Amino acid sequence: MALLEVKNLEVSFGLRSGAVKALRNISFSLERGERLGLVGESGAGKSVLGFSILNLISKPGRISGGEIWFDGKNLADLSAKELRDVRGNRISMIFQDPMMTLNPVLTIGQQMIECLKAHRKISTEDARTIAIQKLKQVYIPSPETRIDQYPHELSGGMRQRIVIAIGLLMDPDIIIADEPTTALDVTIQAEIMELMVELCDRNNVALILITHDLGVVSQVTQKAIVMYAGRIIEQGPTKEIINDAQHPYTQGLMNALPQMAIPGQRLNQIRGAMPPLQRIPVGCAFNPRCDYVMDLCTKQLPGYTASGNCKVACHMVADMKRKAEQSTDEV
Amino acid sequence: MIAFFIKRLAQAVLVMFVISLISFSIQDNLGDPLQEMVGQSVSEAERQALRDELGLNDPFLVQYGRFVKNALQGDLGTSYFFKEPALEVILNKLPATLELVFGASLIIIGLSVPLGVYSAINPHSWFSKVVMGISIVGISVPVFLTAIGLIYFFSIEMGLMPSYGRGDTVEVLGLETSLLTADGWSHLVLPAVSLASIMLPLFIRLIRAEMMEVLQSEYVKFAWAKGLMTRRIYFLHALKNTMLPVITVGGVQIGTMVAYTILTETVFQWPGMGFLFLEAVNRVDTPLIVAYLIVVGAIFVITNTIVDLIYGLVNPTVKLAGKK
Repeated sequence: MALLEVKNLEVSFGLRSGAVKALRNISFSLERGERLGLVGESGAGKSVLGFSILNLISKPGRISGGEIWFDGKNLADLSAKELRDVRGNRISMIFQDPMMTLNPVLTIGQQMIECLKAHRKISTEDARTIAIQKLKQVYIPSPETRIDQYPHELSGGMRQRIVIAIGLLMDPDIIIADEPTTALDVTIQAEIMELMVELCDRNNVALILITHDLGVVSQVTQKAIVMYAGRIIEQGPTKEIINDAQHPYTQGLMNALPQMAIPGQRLNQIRGAMPPLQRIPVGCAFNPRCDYVMDLCTKQLPGYTASGNCKVACHMVADMKRKAEQSTDEV
Repeated sequence: MIAFFIKRLAQAVLVMFVISLISFSIQDNLGDPLQEMVGQSVSEAERQALRDELGLNDPFLVQYGRFVKNALQGDLGTSYFFKEPALEVILNKLPATLELVFGASLIIIGLSVPLGVYSAINPHSWFSKVVMGISIVGISVPVFLTAIGLIYFFSIEMGLMPSYGRGDTVEVLGLETSLLTADGWSHLVLPAVSLASIMLPLFIRLIRAEMMEVLQSEYVKFAWAKGLMTRRIYFLHALKNTMLPVITVGGVQIGTMVAYTILTETVFQWPGMGFLFLEAVNRVDTPLIVAYLIVVGAIFVITNTIVDLIYGLVNPTVKLAGKK
């Protein structure tokens, strides 16, 4: 069985105007040591998915359906105490903005030691030794003095290293990284990404990387999931998705990369914007923006079609596959 | 640290200078002190002689210069009514007022933190809604009305508490205090409650609002993601950040509370500075009025300095000047 198996996950937000589904019918799996990229526009539900794995969605959001199987337990219906044992221990998270992630009034050491003490019976001195060792692993210079400093005394890149060190403290099975480099200086982004990959590889930690940077996904991950308006519209091996995207939305994302445009020409873009969750169109949610829209797309929600090793939610892809099969039958 | 104090001292001197100038310059507009000091029978010539003697006919700057010169030697003038040094008269009443402020502060700190935190964590519970409702009432009702209401219910109707005065006092280190006698405490309760009645709701609402904001912050979410105990997240991660703005506001409000004591002390006949001040205004006892304003100004400056020191201890991003 896979390390993490998400089945038909559904997350809704109870608003005054009624419940809004932020995630619908999410299914995927993650193997030990595997790196998975979660891509999509802002508001597609990538972060909600990341947080829902640890059941950390803030109110009024809640998991309203589906299962999250990890280590023989369904994380979607664990007690608060059982969840606490998983959080930060077996599955840890790295947040987007290191300037905001660390508590400004506590020292680095306090914030690391408390995590160790929450999950292990350990003396403060031992916890401190482990914390210093982890700081060394993320290449913090002179960790013995840094550990007693406050977050504001460190640079952004340094702080994200510390957040990564906190993520690695308990030698977790999975790290969920929510746009870990977005808030950083471009010059440091690659450095931090490399560090994460190196550490995950060395410790055989699985990584769920939430990002809208397709370049990073293609370099770092083995598997990718493309999300749109709360659903997975395409998932499969990263190479296949990058080189041979099937869904028109994924193709659009690929074309929108600056390196795809001819120098001097305008950059490509997908016309329109993603619909708000309250007003998702009937049928395929992407239909108002799709260049290949068919009659069926505005009526019926597309199911998943296998294409190569990928699964794609698109009527056109399904159509083409059916036609291809028919033609081979005729021959 | 030393540099911080020197800077603070310089600021304090400037603030005190401004306060003295303002309070000294309004004294001409408070009425004629002669009217109160001498009766109708004194002739105009004698009045003028007395004015000259008191220096009231000198130009303003001369009067002010004389005042500053004396003030620097600790002499804020002599009370017309008590015929004693004004500063001494005020300082004799200071302990009573500080006791009242202390009692009210105890109530405010003891209740605002738990209530504010609870209603931030459980914003939809009926208890939070009741607390919020009462706090609106508390803010809206003026202190003197609260005071009269308290006297009516607890002293007159139920006979539980004394309605006026300070009760038995004991002398400790040359200062009279009612904090060490049971009778003193029973006298203190009602005035302290009425003095707290405005600030307490304000602090509950402030703590609640700050705490709710902090609970939404990324570092609190990160603390949840680390799998920490709920208690630690609320009372260490969230509360410590919540208290930063509360401490700042609190410092200013302690000074304001000293000012509010005028009302409370008057209603409860509490023999403190505020009560004295109101009497001084009635008697046009200008040296006493000026001395009161200067003492209150000094209290403001001192409390704010202490609050800044505490703030520096709680918030590591603030470095007191000169501290390395």
